[in-house]
Amino acid sequence: MNAHPPNGVWDSLRQSRTRRLERAASLGFGKEIPVDRIIDLLEAVIQPGDRVCLEGNNQKQADFLAESLADCSPERINHLSLVQSVLALPSHVDLFERGLANRLDFSFSGPQGARLAKLVQEQRIEIGAIHTYLELFGRYFMDLTPNVALIAAQAADAEGNLYLGPNTEDTPVIVEATAFKGGIVIAQVNERLEKLPRVDVPADWVDFTVLAPKPNYIEPLFTRDPAQITEVQVLMAMMAIKGIYAEYGVTRLNHGIGFDTAAIELLLPTYAADLGLKGKICTHWALNPHPTLIPAIEAGFVESVHCFGSEVGMDAYISARSDVFFTGADGSMRSNRAFSQTAGLYACDMFIGSTLQMDLAGNSSTATLGRITGFGGAPNMGSDPHGRRHASPAWLKAGREAYGANAIRGRKLVVQMVETFREHMAPVFVEELDAWQLQKMMGAELPPIMIYGDDVSHIVTEEGIANLLLCRTPEEREQAIRGVAGFTPVGLARDKAMVENLRDRGIIRRAEDLGIDPRMATRDLLAARSVKDLVRWSGGLYAPPSRFRNW
Amino acid sequence: MSLSLTNRHSWFEATARARINGLLDAGSFSEILPPAASQPSPHLAQLDLPGAFDDGVVIGYGRLEKKPIFVAAQEGQFMGGAVGEIHGAKIVGLLRRAVEEKPAAVLFLIDSGGVRLHEANAGLIAISEIMRAVLDARAAGVPVIALVGGSCGAFGGMGIVAKLCSAIIISEEGRLALSGPEVIETVAGVEEFDAKDRALVWRVTGGKHRYLMGDCAMLVDDDLAAFRSGATEFLAGWAEPAPSLASLRARQQVLKNRLAAYATYRDGLQVWAALGVAEPESVPLLDRDSLVALKEGLPT
Amino acid sequence: METLEFRFDSKPGVRPDHPALCGVVGSGNLEILVKPGDQPGCCQVHIKTSARGFGTTWRAVIGDFAASHPAGGTAIAINDMGATPAVVSLRLAQALAEYQGGAR
Repeated sequence: MNAHPPNGVWDSLRQSRTRRLERAASLGFGKEIPVDRIIDLLEAVIQPGDRVCLEGNNQKQADFLAESLADCSPERINHLSLVQSVLALPSHVDLFERGLANRLDFSFSGPQGARLAKLVQEQRIEIGAIHTYLELFGRYFMDLTPNVALIAAQAADAEGNLYLGPNTEDTPVIVEATAFKGGIVIAQVNERLEKLPRVDVPADWVDFTVLAPKPNYIEPLFTRDPAQITEVQVLMAMMAIKGIYAEYGVTRLNHGIGFDTAAIELLLPTYAADLGLKGKICTHWALNPHPTLIPAIEAGFVESVHCFGSEVGMDAYISARSDVFFTGADGSMRSNRAFSQTAGLYACDMFIGSTLQMDLAGNSSTATLGRITGFGGAPNMGSDPHGRRHASPAWLKAGREAYGANAIRGRKLVVQMVETFREHMAPVFVEELDAWQLQKMMGAELPPIMIYGDDVSHIVTEEGIANLLLCRTPEEREQAIRGVAGFTPVGLARDKAMVENLRDRGIIRRAEDLGIDPRMATRDLLAARSVKDLVRWSGGLYAPPSRFRNW
Repeated sequence: MSLSLTNRHSWFEATARARINGLLDAGSFSEILPPAASQPSPHLAQLDLPGAFDDGVVIGYGRLEKKPIFVAAQEGQFMGGAVGEIHGAKIVGLLRRAVEEKPAAVLFLIDSGGVRLHEANAGLIAISEIMRAVLDARAAGVPVIALVGGSCGAFGGMGIVAKLCSAIIISEEGRLALSGPEVIETVAGVEEFDAKDRALVWRVTGGKHRYLMGDCAMLVDDDLAAFRSGATEFLAGWAEPAPSLASLRARQQVLKNRLAAYATYRDGLQVWAALGVAEPESVPLLDRDSLVALKEGLPT
Repeated sequence: METLEFRFDSKPGVRPDHPALCGVVGSGNLEILVKPGDQPGCCQVHIKTSARGFGTTWRAVIGDFAASHPAGGTAIAINDMGATPAVVSLRLAQALAEYQGGAR
């Protein structure tokens, strides 16, 4: 913020913290805050210009604290810089519209993307930068350390120790950065208990707790109804399993959430098992607890899953499968986004996910005009880490493909899987991504690209697989992409002779080249075809949220 | 347990043609007015909409465990299975032919929201003709069995048709009612009926509820083989009764009593409790065999 | 609704007696009826589609299909409710295979 003043004061943060706590004490506040006085507390301990981390994670939201902060007086609290993983709630955006906050550093804002874009156009918000989660967490310990953290916990005991429960997510990272740089930590809790199932945050690190009027909001983001998986997605899943997973022996991986990857998960006990791949692929996962992974777990494919957060309805199943999931001595799951993202970066041999647009260099983005959403963990997962040193068969094989027989390093597999057309016949493959127009509109330094082309190793479409690692020139790369871009204008403009040549060299492989008959791609191959099937696979342990049930 | 799940073939998901294939003896089905011999609806063409060659219903004859069977199967994925002029005419024609040829039964695979509004009066007339034709077939001694288990259920005019059939075989996924949930909510408000509360919709219109209430003769699993064995078993024990005023009056009285008893109820849970179910909340979670055992143990 | 007609040269294949139907006219889906046509080396296609303005794409999809499958001597009728080229290609292959009696 500012350089240290010339008068030699070296503990200004500690002094500021003491003053804030004294203000709270003078208003009669102890550690436990009555729910009807939360606004007084916030106005007492937060100062204009503060950097505030409002726990907006992917699944879990400190919604009561967010709404309360948005109700504070802009005369008393203003010019806040917000740092948070996900801008999910309307109240998050209200903070800017009501003049309490004016600057934002974040990672993802899916539900509020349109409102955010509008605020940028109206110049009522300054976006510092969009980050990937791990990158933002890193900056919490460098130049974006919060002064105040508003977090969500499951329970507090009388001392103020916190139990975070299965949806631990980002909380440890937020609290560590804030508590150890003189910051104030305020937690909303769902219940007060005499004894916590386990201590996730020690009371020493927590300044105030408030019992929220209702349990904190959790969004079931990672549930996909198998009933909606299409035949085309089954076909692409078959190609991915046979052409990539089996080919490279991918044992450690992350799936970006989507129906395409859900199809792969549901094909493991059937198609992949028939190919003799059990035990050879998909053994170790950095993954949220996707309900669609249940059949693969039950069928014995999966040894271990570490989760970024939990998923509504999965807690009982997770607890009953403690060999697979990370759970505490109390039995409930422990998730941790920072560590899962680290595992995803360095300890996974493959990332596979979908996208909305891709250009001829292989750059891909979900950024579309009129919305500013960021990318969450994808840029991290979908990147080849140059710091990696340990070898694995998949990494070495990909490295040889990319760098030749004398490669001195390996390569992570970064796979983009996508149908060539989206809804309303919008082509996915384009000459120029919307990201460039968005950059101009946002006044940003860089176009918002989710995964850079030079990190992408493979593209899977309904037309086949393009192996970009084997491409030696930009022209080959361009034609390899056009060669799987189907009937989009980009695909139709392919150089047919070059594409045939690429196919001869195995750089492009069609379903037939992989020995896959597209007519075998039916929903019958899915191990579960409905949410009810998933419940049956789980032996009744999975309890889907009501929007996915008709019972 | 797990692998047997992948051998199931969901009725709910299947197309009309796939349902017929799974229902009848292998290779026994012969289609009347196949797609190559018919044209899509001229009404839809006038409205600039593509039609379907079979206008959303497949009719024909085949065998069920060697017994001669007529079958009409509605395609729920086409225009919500709704009944248009050609669609209705095919069904009526099949039922009239059944009066002549007297197969062991007509199996009516209902998957429909009712009248195809696009065709206005033609659709309304079609359904009323179906109603008449069902009753004529039954009066001629031919059982007409409704099989309900698709995504559209049996609603609107087709809900009425289902109840005019000799009996209904239904799965848990199936639904049977008159007005659709969205229509009720639109007309009467969300407090009256929250159409988005899918669990409530099924407690009020779904297969388990209809079965417990006695509106459906049989509850089967959501599986092609289960519908086949259910239909076979039902027909083996069924003799189509001659129409009689006395039995109609008796049935009417039963319905009057039921209306009086349940008039204020708003949820299947209340009905099941009144029927003597000890733990009504457990009903939605029970598997098919357990529910059938439960029903058989209820006081009559 | 748009009506499109195409004729493409195509290698003739097996010529059975009975037509074949594949697919359902649901949202994002299509039905395809394959019948014997009157010209052995030609694939005639008649399309009724709810989506307007995609004539070029349809021409490319059908052309590709005719070039890579033994569809000569067929008359193909399609009722389409907005299927993507991926679904159309898949369905065409399914319909032709069913027509020619290929085992699945």
